[in-house]
Amino acid sequence: MKVVLEHLTKKFPSRNKKDKSEVVAVNDMSLEIPDGKLVGLLGPSGCGKSTALNLICGLEAPTEGRIFFGEDDVTALPPERRGVGLVFQNYALYPHLTVRQNILFPLQNLRGEAKLSKEVMEEKVLEAAKLVQIEQLLERKPGEMSGGQQQRDAIARALVKMPRVLLLDEPLSNLDARLRLQTREEIRRIQRETGVTTVFVTHDQEEAMSISDVIVVMKDGVLQQTGKPQEVYNDPDNLFVAKFLGTPPINVFDGSVRGGTLHIGGDAVMRADGVADGAYTVGIRPEAFRVRDDGPLRCALETVEVMGRDTTIVSTHPAMQGVSIRSVISAEYAEGVGGDEVRFYLKCAKVHLFDPESGERVRFSSAEAL
Amino acid sequence: MDNQRIEAAAARRARTLRTATYLFLALWAIVVLFPFYWMLLSSLKSYGAYNSEYIPRFYTLSPTLQNYADAFTTVPLGRYFLNTVIFTLATTALMLCVTVLAAFAFSRLAFRGKDLVFTLFLALMMIPGELVVITNFQTITNAGLRNTFTGLILPSVTSVFYIYLLKENFEQIPDELYRAAKVDGSSDFRYLTRVMIPICRPTIITVTILKVIECWNSYVWPRLITDDTNYFLVSNGIQEIRENGFGRENIPAMMAAVVVISVPLIVLFLIFRKKIMAGVSRGGTKG
Amino acid sequence: MNNRSFKGWLYLLPAILFLGAFMVYPLVDVFVYSFEEGYNSASQSFFGTGLYNYRYVLRDEYFLQALKNTFLLVIITVPLSTGLALLISLALNSIKKLRELFQTIYFLPYVTNTLAVGLVFMILFKKTAYTDGLVNLVINFFGGASVDFIDGPYWAKMFVLCFYTVWVVLPFKILILTSALASVRQDFYNAARLDATPKWRVFTRITLPMISPQLFYLIITGFIGAFKAYSDAVAIFGTDLNAAGMNTIVGYVYDMLYGNSGGWPSFASAAAIILFAIVLTITCINLLVSRKHVYYV
Repeated sequence: MKVVLEHLTKKFPSRNKKDKSEVVAVNDMSLEIPDGKLVGLLGPSGCGKSTALNLICGLEAPTEGRIFFGEDDVTALPPERRGVGLVFQNYALYPHLTVRQNILFPLQNLRGEAKLSKEVMEEKVLEAAKLVQIEQLLERKPGEMSGGQQQRDAIARALVKMPRVLLLDEPLSNLDARLRLQTREEIRRIQRETGVTTVFVTHDQEEAMSISDVIVVMKDGVLQQTGKPQEVYNDPDNLFVAKFLGTPPINVFDGSVRGGTLHIGGDAVMRADGVADGAYTVGIRPEAFRVRDDGPLRCALETVEVMGRDTTIVSTHPAMQGVSIRSVISAEYAEGVGGDEVRFYLKCAKVHLFDPESGERVRFSSAEAL
Repeated sequence: MDNQRIEAAAARRARTLRTATYLFLALWAIVVLFPFYWMLLSSLKSYGAYNSEYIPRFYTLSPTLQNYADAFTTVPLGRYFLNTVIFTLATTALMLCVTVLAAFAFSRLAFRGKDLVFTLFLALMMIPGELVVITNFQTITNAGLRNTFTGLILPSVTSVFYIYLLKENFEQIPDELYRAAKVDGSSDFRYLTRVMIPICRPTIITVTILKVIECWNSYVWPRLITDDTNYFLVSNGIQEIRENGFGRENIPAMMAAVVVISVPLIVLFLIFRKKIMAGVSRGGTKG
Repeated sequence: MNNRSFKGWLYLLPAILFLGAFMVYPLVDVFVYSFEEGYNSASQSFFGTGLYNYRYVLRDEYFLQALKNTFLLVIITVPLSTGLALLISLALNSIKKLRELFQTIYFLPYVTNTLAVGLVFMILFKKTAYTDGLVNLVINFFGGASVDFIDGPYWAKMFVLCFYTVWVVLPFKILILTSALASVRQDFYNAARLDATPKWRVFTRITLPMISPQLFYLIITGFIGAFKAYSDAVAIFGTDLNAAGMNTIVGYVYDMLYGNSGGWPSFASAAAIILFAIVLTITCINLLVSRKHVYYV
């Protein structure tokens, strides 16, 4: 089921009663979520991603705009008639019911033609439980299970009624680090097996990048960029997206272009054609740095962190923003690094220019390392 | 089309339900408020007017304060009032001292037998007051303390439940504060008065308010222990007024007395509404 | 005993003294009294030990009347007040506007003097030479005949007592239930909504189990409180409850102890212990039932 958002806006009245102004949680968001894909809705907290999720499932009504599931306009439909499954951040499993009863709960609500016989219900419960691999825990109560098991139970409950769209609100945030890795693979697998269009909300870019078919980056209620994770990472539309994706984060410098050459501070680091002369904000991915004794970018060396396969070089530069530059170098190339200075040349595809005022990306037509 | 019809029907149902809800709530609000309105109204009607109304009127055009004057002059309502204030203040103050000291001992001091005593205290919470009133009545009577404030006050100055409530609250204060105070050389008592009590003020206020309400409305014990009207509290006073006061039929004056008795707590409630409701939901039952 | 222990006991001393004198000693003594046959305050003597006091009390017509009244009161008011409180709390929880106002109004009876407001109820229900009372006028308006609720037939008196009891106990129950309902996480309702759960099913399968601890707490304390009813009855029918035929068990205890029929602490003790036994039994039954039906977090 394809999901389409058209110019979706959600305004909330301000919490402060005297202040009549409104908070715009989601601002004119248009988006097409392709059928059968796993989509990560990503952004810092307070960016409106959870509101967007609530709009899709119908728990909130949009101030403006429309929502389509396939060809159906569901904007005015109440949540119970949209056929969505939602996994809550804290799972919202009924604590007084067993796993079986929890999964059974949505099925027992079916009335009229959709009503199922006891046997069919049992069958479906078992099927859903098997899908998330908790069939041996059916008689437990949520309080007697680990966080990961509760998460699976919640997914089973959301899936058992065959939703048109599955929504997950921060599905991994309540799990410890080890379980998080395991569970995100699990979500990926379940989504593949069922083929149900799935949207999940997260503030953790790594989580979104690792399992999504498509990521949607939001900031302050405004959609920033959509695309396959690697594409968005490689080709960010603006400084916010560039900064938000990737660990260690992108390194940001004040730079300028003069006569087709990109300067960072006093260093001419790169040929960049097709860009007007002027000041730019320069983003350089950690993996864009290459050590070379006569490299154009001269940085003061702070420390070298050896991580086994890779080495992180921490250095500073007069034109940088932030406290230090982190560059990730394959360990074999970092052997000679030492002393007070380290010099780099740059891989051009990993260097991005942004307008210093708006933060919008400025693309060069061709570039060449110096 | 079909969708719209369903939506419209659902909206209509929701509206009807909301109207019904408000009607129901308003109805019960009237049931609650009406007695208050009626006592206020009756207390403002003159004796003659009240008794001439075979069908009582819901308003009065000639309100009079005569009944209030009567309430204070014909019967010693002022006396009852004063007694209750003295009783309430003394009982509450003594109760606070006793319970705070005990709660402090349980929560902060280490001594042999503490757990055992605390368990015994908790067990006492199960004992209904009705069971011990009989002997207390005998004790106070034999000690010749009937018709004295001492006799009225003594049996109700401890409450295991409040000790428990305060102890729980005291225990939430981090140990570091106590150690810091010890390092600074302050005594246990000083620590209690300067650190614990200020920090736990909300709970102490809650306990105080609950006790004040309890005292103001107490009826059974004062009735047993006093038969001299000079020592009557308002509850007993109102019963006395009803049976021998203005003559059975002077209902307006009676209602004036009822208003006078009810007003202090209602005012207290309206001022400390949030605190009282929070306090009661934490630890109060009626009676 | 070392210095530290001494200090602990010192702080506890006032509490221990008061509790010892007015809780522990009386508790023992009440059992002693109850077996001292025919102890009389006036003569301070008794003529034997045994179960005579219990036999006497259980055969006393006034006690049996009090027992009947109390049981009726309990059976009528506990379910009624709990149910009504639940209904009101649900209604309160479903609205936003005026909610605080309603909550404040509903709480008022809690802070009023039971004896004082009881008088108002009395004049509302009472039929006198001058007027039939407001309630009777309403009954007349709907075509019924006047009834004397205060000095009239038994069912009418019972009705007033039950009505007043419900009026008095409701604030506490509403308070507890509204906060219980408010503490049920909205997520559960959202989850149920997404699953198209019918309202009634949400109530029985989600709301009720979630608030069951508080509900059972109210039922248990409600039983205990109703069994100890006394001052509500005094407020409406006056101090001579035996004459009105509206005495309660607690009233019987106090009447045995004091007043015109008083001076018999042994009978009072026996009656109090019987009451205690009844309350204990009912509470245990309640706890057993609740273990089956209450969901504790």
